[in-house]
Amino acid sequence: MTHGSRSIAVEGLARVEGEGSLRVVVEDGLVRDVALEIFEPPRYFEGLLVGRSYAEAPDITARVCGICPVAYQMSACAAMEDAFGVTVGERIWALRRLLYCGEWIQSHALHVYLLHAPDFFGCADAVELAELDSAAVRRGLDLKKTGNLLMETVGGRAVHPVNVRVGGFYSPPEPEAVVALRDPLRRARDAAWETVEWVSGFDFPEVEAGYVFLGLSEPGRYAIERGRVRSSTGLDLTPGELLHTVVEEHVMRSTALHARLDGDVAYLTGPLARYALNGRSLSPLARDAARDAGLGDVCSNPFKSIVVRAVELLYACEEALAIVESYEVPATPAAVIEPRASRGAGATEAPRGTLYQEYELDAEGTILAARLMPPTSQNQATIEADLRRVVQASLELDDDDLRWRCEQTVRNYDPCISCAAHFLDFSMERR
Amino acid sequence: MSTTRPSLAVFKFTSCDGCQLSLLDCEDELLELARAVRIAKFAQMSRALVEGPYDIALVEGSVTTARDAERVKEIRASSRQLVTIGACASAGGIQALRNFVPAGSYTGVVYAHPEYISSLATSTPISSHVDVDFELHGCPIDRHQLLEVITALLAGRRPVVRGYSVCQECKARGTVCLLVARGTACMGPVTRAGCGGLCPAVGRGCFGCFGPADTVNTGSLAARLRRDGMQARDVARLFKTFNAAAPEFRVQSAAEEAAGEEGRG
Repeated sequence: MTHGSRSIAVEGLARVEGEGSLRVVVEDGLVRDVALEIFEPPRYFEGLLVGRSYAEAPDITARVCGICPVAYQMSACAAMEDAFGVTVGERIWALRRLLYCGEWIQSHALHVYLLHAPDFFGCADAVELAELDSAAVRRGLDLKKTGNLLMETVGGRAVHPVNVRVGGFYSPPEPEAVVALRDPLRRARDAAWETVEWVSGFDFPEVEAGYVFLGLSEPGRYAIERGRVRSSTGLDLTPGELLHTVVEEHVMRSTALHARLDGDVAYLTGPLARYALNGRSLSPLARDAARDAGLGDVCSNPFKSIVVRAVELLYACEEALAIVESYEVPATPAAVIEPRASRGAGATEAPRGTLYQEYELDAEGTILAARLMPPTSQNQATIEADLRRVVQASLELDDDDLRWRCEQTVRNYDPCISCAAHFLDFSMERR
Repeated sequence: MSTTRPSLAVFKFTSCDGCQLSLLDCEDELLELARAVRIAKFAQMSRALVEGPYDIALVEGSVTTARDAERVKEIRASSRQLVTIGACASAGGIQALRNFVPAGSYTGVVYAHPEYISSLATSTPISSHVDVDFELHGCPIDRHQLLEVITALLAGRRPVVRGYSVCQECKARGTVCLLVARGTACMGPVTRAGCGGLCPAVGRGCFGCFGPADTVNTGSLAARLRRDGMQARDVARLFKTFNAAAPEFRVQSAAEEAAGEEGRG
């Protein structure tokens, strides 16, 4: 099986957001080429934003992705506030973090339980998994529901929230509505603890990779809605500076741009990166859970990203609970915005990695130029490198199993191909 | 378990995936739904793929490539009932803003090699290509409405999804009218109900994400907004977002842009 040529195709990768395909060529037992092709049709957001008002950017960019709209809204706000030199009050920041925790809980519960866990049981989907372990799937659905409840309470809606604006919110939620989140969040915290225990018992392929990690960091806490860009190689930059350090390459096979750091360095953003850079800032409970799960200080096995995601799920529940307990209605719902001719950049931690936005604006706040850099396009080069490693180490598998393993490898990244431009068509050639 | 359960398939075209996510957001009903129907194809949720024909096809996204213009015909041919979900599938979506600019003018803004990209000059709703049995509107759709549509189709009745405007929903939930009381620009009078009147409830004018209601007077609303001091350019933008290519909104944004040009000249 490992000699001669071999050819496999994954036509349509499931349980990811968007459309892509995967081609692998193996010759005489060596992986010759791996290409993640993204054929999600382009939507030209950077083009259609030109001529729109700064105030429309949070709602328009949210439509890039139905799974992580808050990430788009928060990065858009950060970029505009950077451009206009606006300082936002701490109570508004706390409410933003609460909304963002809702998105992390919703998105991580979706990925851990519905998209990723079925692979570890050889199930096609969560409905099949529920036949084996319905309590687990229900726990995941309950967690997801709590995330959505948080987003509805703070943002007004789970998919494409309506309450966010540059400078803050339209109406901060009433204290009673926030207090009502306490019991569901306590249950979610317990369920998240069980989630870490559950996933840490899965069988993981032994794969270790040397990654360059990149993500936001903030002193004293796990960065979500703001921070400076740090890397495992010692970078320490503002989001705007990072955007000018990254080269985005347009390759023929993809409607997503491939991002690399200066000097052609592929890097990784998302849960593994955040954990490696900021793990010490996790809450004591989340650190305990990570230790019990055997994660260590750095996790370099991409298949174990599900464990890191579960730890982050636990953290997000705790963090949300803490914000709820100390909630005070902001004195004003939003900072005053005075547009000026300017440039600004912002970045926040989407559940699947750092999301950057940069704008150039005229004196009235009309957008002259826009740039969006979503997590999946940043991770694409690393996903391909991982696939190469995984295929090379798994050549003894038959074609069906190898195809599944490749799909799982891509799903390790919770890729949002809709963002990066979506799903996997797999083709493999063994020569 | 009966093997004669109706089959449900979910297809994606050009979109953000948020409307299909609304199905997975039915956390309390999802496992029950999976017993009532056979989920035959739903790539966002499952790697299993059962070939058609399907009893119900939910279609998300708009048509923006030549390949998709063909694919939608194949899906129609293999589906007994075809339901579009969301503003992209039902009206072209935010990406239909390309319909208003010369072909190809956005490509170079985003991509270094426009020649690698093959996409159509327009983003069009599914109904521009094939017959559609039911259109569910919203950016995103409301999951309760989605469950109602699936339930109705399974029961063989017409879905109860109203075509009146958001104003009715504000009245029903007791939200004070922002347009009348505060002069806030609000698309509520011309926008289809379904969200529950979310934006006015947080003190924000409706921005039209459910598209035009059944009978609308967009000209009257636009005149009112201008009288309240809004510039024609900003009125045009209001009509030109997530349902920009819906005929009623398209006509009004064009009229406002023309008025804006005249005002400057």
